Amino acid sequence: MNYLQLLLFAAPETIVVLTMLAVLGADLTLLRGKSVATRFNFGALLSLLGCGAAAIFLFLRLSNQATFDFFGGMLILHPTVDFIKVAILVLTGFTLLISAAGKFTDHIGEYLSTILLATVGLMFLVSTEDLLMIFVALELASLSLYILTAFNQHNAKSHEAALKYFLFGGMSAAFLLFGFSLLYGVSGSTNLREIATGIAGRGLDPLLLVAIVMTVIGFGFKVAAVPFHLWAPDAYEGAPTPSAAFIGSGSKVASFFILAKIFTLAFVGTAGSSVWHGYIAGWSPTVAVVAALSMVLGNLTAIVQSSVKRLLAYSAIAHAGYMLLGVLGNNPDCTKGLMFYVITYALTTIGAFGVVMVVEQATGSDALDNFKGLSRRAPGLALCLMIFLLSLGGIPPLAGFIGKFFLFSAVVGATGKLGLLWLVILGIAMSAVSFFYYLRVLKAAYVQDAAEAAPAIKVPSLTMLALVVLAALVILLGCAPGLLMQYL
Amino acid sequence: MLAWTIYISFIGVLVLMLLPRDNARAARIVALLTAVLGCAAAFVGAIQQTDPGKVTEITRISWIPTIGAQYYLAADGISLVLVILTGLAAVTGILFSWNVEKRTKEFFAFYLALIGGVYGVFLSFDLLLLFVFYELTIIPKYFLIARWGSTRKEYGAMKLALYSFIGSHLVLIGMIAAWVVAKGQLGHASLNLIELSQVAFPVTFQFWVFPLVFLGFAILAGMWPFHTWAPTGHVAAPTAGSMLLAGVVMKLGAYGCLRVAMLMFPEGVREWQWAIAALAVGGIVYGAGVALVQKDFKFVIGYSSVSHMGFVLLGLATLNSIGLDGAVLQMFSHGIIAGLLFGVVGRMVYDRTHTRDFNDLEKMHVGKLLPFAGITFVIAGVASMGLPGFSGFVAELQVLMGAWAVFPKLTILAGVGIVVGVAYTLRAVQKGFYSDVPAETSGHLQDHPMEPISIPEKVGAVILIAASLAIGLFPSLLMNWIEPCVKSQLFERLLKGGSL
Repeated sequence: MNYLQLLLFAAPETIVVLTMLAVLGADLTLLRGKSVATRFNFGALLSLLGCGAAAIFLFLRLSNQATFDFFGGMLILHPTVDFIKVAILVLTGFTLLISAAGKFTDHIGEYLSTILLATVGLMFLVSTEDLLMIFVALELASLSLYILTAFNQHNAKSHEAALKYFLFGGMSAAFLLFGFSLLYGVSGSTNLREIATGIAGRGLDPLLLVAIVMTVIGFGFKVAAVPFHLWAPDAYEGAPTPSAAFIGSGSKVASFFILAKIFTLAFVGTAGSSVWHGYIAGWSPTVAVVAALSMVLGNLTAIVQSSVKRLLAYSAIAHAGYMLLGVLGNNPDCTKGLMFYVITYALTTIGAFGVVMVVEQATGSDALDNFKGLSRRAPGLALCLMIFLLSLGGIPPLAGFIGKFFLFSAVVGATGKLGLLWLVILGIAMSAVSFFYYLRVLKAAYVQDAAEAAPAIKVPSLTMLALVVLAALVILLGCAPGLLMQYL
Repeated sequence: MLAWTIYISFIGVLVLMLLPRDNARAARIVALLTAVLGCAAAFVGAIQQTDPGKVTEITRISWIPTIGAQYYLAADGISLVLVILTGLAAVTGILFSWNVEKRTKEFFAFYLALIGGVYGVFLSFDLLLLFVFYELTIIPKYFLIARWGSTRKEYGAMKLALYSFIGSHLVLIGMIAAWVVAKGQLGHASLNLIELSQVAFPVTFQFWVFPLVFLGFAILAGMWPFHTWAPTGHVAAPTAGSMLLAGVVMKLGAYGCLRVAMLMFPEGVREWQWAIAALAVGGIVYGAGVALVQKDFKFVIGYSSVSHMGFVLLGLATLNSIGLDGAVLQMFSHGIIAGLLFGVVGRMVYDRTHTRDFNDLEKMHVGKLLPFAGITFVIAGVASMGLPGFSGFVAELQVLMGAWAVFPKLTILAGVGIVVGVAYTLRAVQKGFYSDVPAETSGHLQDHPMEPISIPEKVGAVILIAASLAIGLFPSLLMNWIEPCVKSQLFERLLKGGSL
């Protein structure tokens, strides 16, 4: 093990960090005095180039099927992990493309480099099996996201959102750290696999129980699951739209990946059971309660929202509930289904936020009423919105539907005698509810007419490119899910 | 050839989307051409089918190997009947909506997308594929009604969409559960409907999963008391929309009940047979009774649809071959007749008089002003009552014969429903067209004389009347497809123990 090897191994992250510095530098020197649009477009393209290079590097490494373990699980090399990193980079790329049309700030270098910094955090987060690294990477990503939320200087809501997000986030970090420290105390190790051997045979002693609950709380906050979701609607609404898109996409993918990893690797033997009439104490019932609450509350609250960003926030909470079912299933099939679901969900969410951002900049707000007549004012945009929302609602043949099928069928099959079917039934019933509020947005766009002779909305070309590619991906992954499934 | 029915429809959608926005005429012609080609493909494909008793494979490609899903299109006699029905409904629906001027291009694009989905459902023999096509029809339905409908259109559209969606989610639950159980029994993942129809699901499992899936589909078939979307949806929809809703979309539900729920869970059907029959007869009587007292012309037809679909469900519940034959034939027959009725009321009458209220229509004597509309409605009404010579008679007779053997008492009640059916149809004919209330020559009508019935309307009406008459006089045209199918090996488990 020498440093050169390590550098080669961490090359993707290194590339992203270097890109970040380059973007910051270019914005301060070359682009000084240029218009906001030029700086944004140039900076975004430069960042995109870096992300693309890192993604290609990772993609080439995928085919080697190499697996390594550095410093006892601090950093690991594994094809699945590499692919998740590719997915995170792709999601970052789309966020960058969408943000290029932003008018919310003139600190462009800082904004773009913070996105890249968050990406580095997320990449490290998924490539470790050690509690310390998990915490450090998570904090790197989280702190960047708090800053990204606060970036709209002209909007007091943005500051409020950031403060709220930060305070909640800080508290949850404390919970998480407390849980981790107990876990270390109980097992004598910070490595996930060694923790599993350390706690083997102890059963559910109170200390371990506290550690598990603390971990659930910490991650419940990260993925915005009820009852730790209160920050999400305000953060999504107040944050600049590309930041909200990033919080809802890349960060979700990484959080769920590591969450599933902790529970399936470290908490072996403490799962208990949440099957119908077969309750056994452990982390599974805890997660089941959180999942059920998220699905019910998220979907029901979304119905009454009049701001589309808040609606998407509550829908994100609901989707976090479905995804937690995948964690509950606690087997490789479920994890695969979960990752398919969360990646397709993330693609769809970025798309939806992209559309919201265009409408917001053209009409002044993201209120539902401002979507009226969108099918006439911007037909292409409206079509993209329809594809994204229908996918979120789970209409075939879009990616959201096939993701639900993978996830739910894996969860139902996870225990004998269809034990988890009750949670899946709840999930499917709630997804029928979700259809109502997605359709409300589409009704505004397609059925209702704009108030007066509203002018056509001009869609920035980079944004439109991103949206069309995203929509095509959503359809493609729905019709041919094997393209993504083979890597998971 | 049959698979082209689907592809042609979706190609039509794409072509329409590329057309310039304001050229309504081109949009109509493209739509009609697409529908006619699709219909022709359906006929040619159906005639080419040599052995309707067998499931004949059309296309079969591995789709998602991990869950055993295939792109598997095939057809047996029952599919053929319904594909032909879809073809006819698609063409006549376009003929009856020739006068759509508002956003014509989008209207027909949604219309053809709906048609494509319907063809897909009838030809899918993979459960996931069937479900995909089934859900694909929900969205165009919603927009057709919400955008181009009339009375309380947004409410009616949302209600219909939510009912459909809730129904399809019940199906989804059952589908996932059945997939997991079947995987355990077969040893490999499969969504092939023929394979799934041979899996012996545990009886206790069938007992709860069958009603879930059956109800999921039956909601769309208008099963009482889950029918309430139907009248409001039909009334709110534009003419072509109601024609398709009654003509083919309700058949999707009934088809799903038979093809998926009943064939996969035969033990479950036997447990719930009585409940289905009771609800079916409830629908027949209730629909007819409510139709008798409506003030809105379209509501009469809407409730009559609920009543007639009751016969389909009753036929399915008999679990004997004559009852099933009748049920499938009734699907076809009702599709044709209800389409015609909605065409007359929605297009010929409402678009000209701008009212559907019997109180107003009584004073207009529409039968004298529009003799063609009057005569067409009388013929359609007679067919709907089930007079010999029309398709409805053959179908309902078989259903009643099948039902008599199993549930004699309920069959008598269903007979009462038929009598009431005669009453509400006559009432509608009398009030809507040939009333004896003195005419009130209002200023509006004199200033704006009604335009005569146009050629497309006449052609559409003649096609539908001819179809109903043809099947009424020569039922063997379709029975030769349906009967061998019901007697085939696929239905053996379902009919086991049934008499006749």
